[in-house]
Amino acid sequence: MQKVWMRFFFIWLEKQKELNSMKQFYHFIVKEFYHIFRDRKTLFILLGMPMVQIIIFGFALTNEVKNTRIVIVNQSTSATAMKLVEKIESSAYFELYSQTKDPSIIDQLFKKGTVKVALIIPHDFAPALIAQNKGQLQIITDATDPNVATALTNYLSVIIQDFQKDLNPNNIIPYKMEVDTRMMYNPQLKGAYNFVPGVMAMVLLLVCTMMTALTVVKEKELGNMEILLTSPINPIKIILAKAVPYLLLSIINITTILLLSYFVLDVPINGSLVLLYAESALFIMVSLGLGLLISAGTDSQQSAMFISLIVMFLPTVMFSGFIFPIENMPLPLRIVSNIIPAKWFFIIVKSVMIKGVGIQLVWKETLILFMMMIFFFTMAIKKFKIRLA
Amino acid sequence: MNKNAIVVNNLSKQFGQFKAVDDISFEVAKGEIFGFLGANGAGKTTAMKMLCGLSMPTSGQASVAGFDVYKENESIKKNIGYMSQKFSLYEDLTVRENIKFYAGIYGIAPQKIKEKTNQLLQQLVLEKEADMLVSQLPLGWKQKLAFSVAIFHEPQIVFLDEPTGGVDPITRREFWNLIYDAAANGITIFVTTHYMDEAEYCNRVSIMVDGKIEALDSPGNLKKTFNAKSMDEVFLHLARKAKRIE
Amino acid sequence: MSPLRYILEKEFKQIFRNPAILKVIFIMPVIQLIMLPMAADYEIKNINIAVIDRDHSAVSNQLVQKITASNYFKLVSYDNDFDAAMESIENDKADLILEIPKNFEVNLYNEKESKLFLAVNAINGVKANLGAAYLTNIVQAYNSDFRIETLTPVRFNEIPIIEISSSNWYNPKMNYKIFMVPGILVLLITIVGMNLSSINIVREKEMGTIEQINVTPIKKAHFILGKLIPFWVIGIVVISVGFLIAWLVYGIIPLGSYFTLYVFAAIYLMVILGIGLLISSYSENQQQAMLVTFFIMMIFVLMGGLYTSIDSMPIWARWFTRLNPISYFIEVMRMVVLKGSRINDIAPQLLIMVIYAIFINTWAVLSYHKRS
Repeated sequence: MQKVWMRFFFIWLEKQKELNSMKQFYHFIVKEFYHIFRDRKTLFILLGMPMVQIIIFGFALTNEVKNTRIVIVNQSTSATAMKLVEKIESSAYFELYSQTKDPSIIDQLFKKGTVKVALIIPHDFAPALIAQNKGQLQIITDATDPNVATALTNYLSVIIQDFQKDLNPNNIIPYKMEVDTRMMYNPQLKGAYNFVPGVMAMVLLLVCTMMTALTVVKEKELGNMEILLTSPINPIKIILAKAVPYLLLSIINITTILLLSYFVLDVPINGSLVLLYAESALFIMVSLGLGLLISAGTDSQQSAMFISLIVMFLPTVMFSGFIFPIENMPLPLRIVSNIIPAKWFFIIVKSVMIKGVGIQLVWKETLILFMMMIFFFTMAIKKFKIRLA
Repeated sequence: MNKNAIVVNNLSKQFGQFKAVDDISFEVAKGEIFGFLGANGAGKTTAMKMLCGLSMPTSGQASVAGFDVYKENESIKKNIGYMSQKFSLYEDLTVRENIKFYAGIYGIAPQKIKEKTNQLLQQLVLEKEADMLVSQLPLGWKQKLAFSVAIFHEPQIVFLDEPTGGVDPITRREFWNLIYDAAANGITIFVTTHYMDEAEYCNRVSIMVDGKIEALDSPGNLKKTFNAKSMDEVFLHLARKAKRIE
Repeated sequence: MSPLRYILEKEFKQIFRNPAILKVIFIMPVIQLIMLPMAADYEIKNINIAVIDRDHSAVSNQLVQKITASNYFKLVSYDNDFDAAMESIENDKADLILEIPKNFEVNLYNEKESKLFLAVNAINGVKANLGAAYLTNIVQAYNSDFRIETLTPVRFNEIPIIEISSSNWYNPKMNYKIFMVPGILVLLITIVGMNLSSINIVREKEMGTIEQINVTPIKKAHFILGKLIPFWVIGIVVISVGFLIAWLVYGIIPLGSYFTLYVFAAIYLMVILGIGLLISSYSENQQQAMLVTFFIMMIFVLMGGLYTSIDSMPIWARWFTRLNPISYFIEVMRMVVLKGSRINDIAPQLLIMVIYAIFINTWAVLSYHKRS
């Protein structure tokens, strides 16, 4: 009988201990919140960062060709050539910078960087067009930026082809294959559809990984770690408590990003919002784990920052597929890209948010992130334990 | 020539609504060891920082080594040494490198730096540790080194902000021997401390409570005035009135 | 002897004793310059295409052959099932679907016009646009071959045709690495310089050593210079390592002179380091300094013209890029490396940088207060 009572007593005692430690944990979290809210500048940047990113990506970064300066070397005096020049000038894509007869100006202007595309209309353009039904034009681009060069050549060619149609409006081309193109998910080809998921990944990583790593290492640097670790509460909890406020901040950030992209950039949320938040929470946990792992392995804020930069930020920009297409990379890099958490998160967000698919199509990616989370946390706790022992 | 090293008249420092230092006045004679006492948060460090040219006073006058704290703060700096509460040598430099750096920015000639460094290392018995990183030294040694660095350029006055915090009694005793040596060489000492036994070593002490100086005299006279057996009692008597708590 | 000498000696010693900094100086350039250009290949190729061929005619066969023969497309599936093709888009296996309807060939001969259907995953708009354009080009090329074969040949064209030839100067092979490497070099010294300088003063604040410095008669300008010069030297070393890698790994030798590049880099570094020191003197702790640096750098980098061309930005953004030092250096770097521009070609940019450097560093000196 007594034994049974004893057992109950011990179970009750254990429960009390647990409750107590939950309370302590709660107090530690509150303390961390104070730290963050006192530092207004940091808080301001943490919350303002996603907004600025969305605005930059949404409005400033486009690859559209618009009002590009063009130089036309017009050696032909014909009316046809003049019409062509007018046509180019009146398009929204190009703005006539100058018109001359001297081709040597191209090199000068390109070298100064004021003009990136030139069109040469040779002196026999109009006569050849009439005599042989065949006129020749030359487009010259500054290909230091190959993307821009390709785009400019394409746009200018389209205008010229259009001009060619204008020359003989009644003509019917026989045996014509027509391509009927449908742009799925993003009919207006907005850049936002691609970068909103990318910005989400970047902001979450920054807040969770870098900030967590820095906060923990700062305590080490200031020598507070020993004091905290000698307190009766479990050291792992102290460290976790440091991560909790960043989790909350991240959720606020996701909400900001989603609201801005929905209302300002008109990016639809086609899938389930609950799933989107759940996946984000998973990715936040992965990032927090990574941040804790970095902090376990470093002793100064400086090294923590540089490691975060090298192992987190650069690979994310490079390998998440958000700026550079992964399929173009050489095989070793494509393999490396698989260990970058942001790559999987980027795929998940694109699929859920824009394609509107459910968990059945992203369960593989979700599982990978889940495994990564477990891995990072286990490693971080292990490393801290070794240091404490 | 003025025989006072420090003259302070109605000096105040206000942070918003908070008067950290509230209208204090005192003088410190040349060659004196002046103890600047007060509980935590009484305003000692703020007052000291104003005198060193680290903090701008809100009102009042003060001159240090004959220079005005408002306009001639850079001239003051040439004539004072300072050792802060927080250990302030570079942990990632060696003992010798720290000495060389600080001596160098005071503009001491390289040859003289070399000579004096060797002399100092000998005096502190730090010859073996001269090329060790400062971070590897025990705290007491660091403090002694910091003090020696603060007076390396032979200033007229040295300001010490709780120089012996967290140090064992033996090292504290040794530290005070260094202070006496410096005073014997004509350096005026301005020191804040928590330890009342240290207050007994001073020629005169002032006790600050809530930004104001409540008492200023030699330790012996203070004990008489307050009818107390030790400086501890004097301090407790005055500090109990404090409303500010840190 | 000037106190500056002692400050420099101290800063250099601290830098070389910090393993984190050494890593930054020597590992970052290598990783960035070797990995990034490989990864940063925007050229759209290897587009995954799923073909639904409901016609199975000679024409449809030839068309598919033409598509797969091009370098741009990779055929991931070829059958009749539209749903399966749709699913391959949903799980990212295919980027576009080409549907060849039944009777495509028959219609072509009878009605002389026949339709093809193309569905593109357009989440990445740029890629979608180019993919569709490439495919349309292939179809058109095949179309004209087909027309020529089918029609009886004529001596002259019945309709006037304008032939367009295009040539790409400075980078005729449209090599992306030549384009990216100089830009990445700029990012590299920017990241290294700004990060190192921005956490430096604030670190002394956090450690408490700044107070000891402030109580000495040190001159403000000496203190700032003492911080600036070591990082400037590091920046020059990093850029030299970068040039070396660009030459050894990518065979990139500037058409212009190294001298021009170093002159510009020297002044550019003063600007970047000045911005870093400015951040540092306004920050209360290292964390804050890092975050602010990161934030500013991110905006500078994204709007620096490396990822997207400045010409296609809206006007307010183009105005902003005039304040962005990175955009000037990337421009100059490309001009000198790829086009062989000389110092007088880049004089306007150089002048702006000089003014910028003077402005920022004066501000940095003024913002450093020895007394609070």
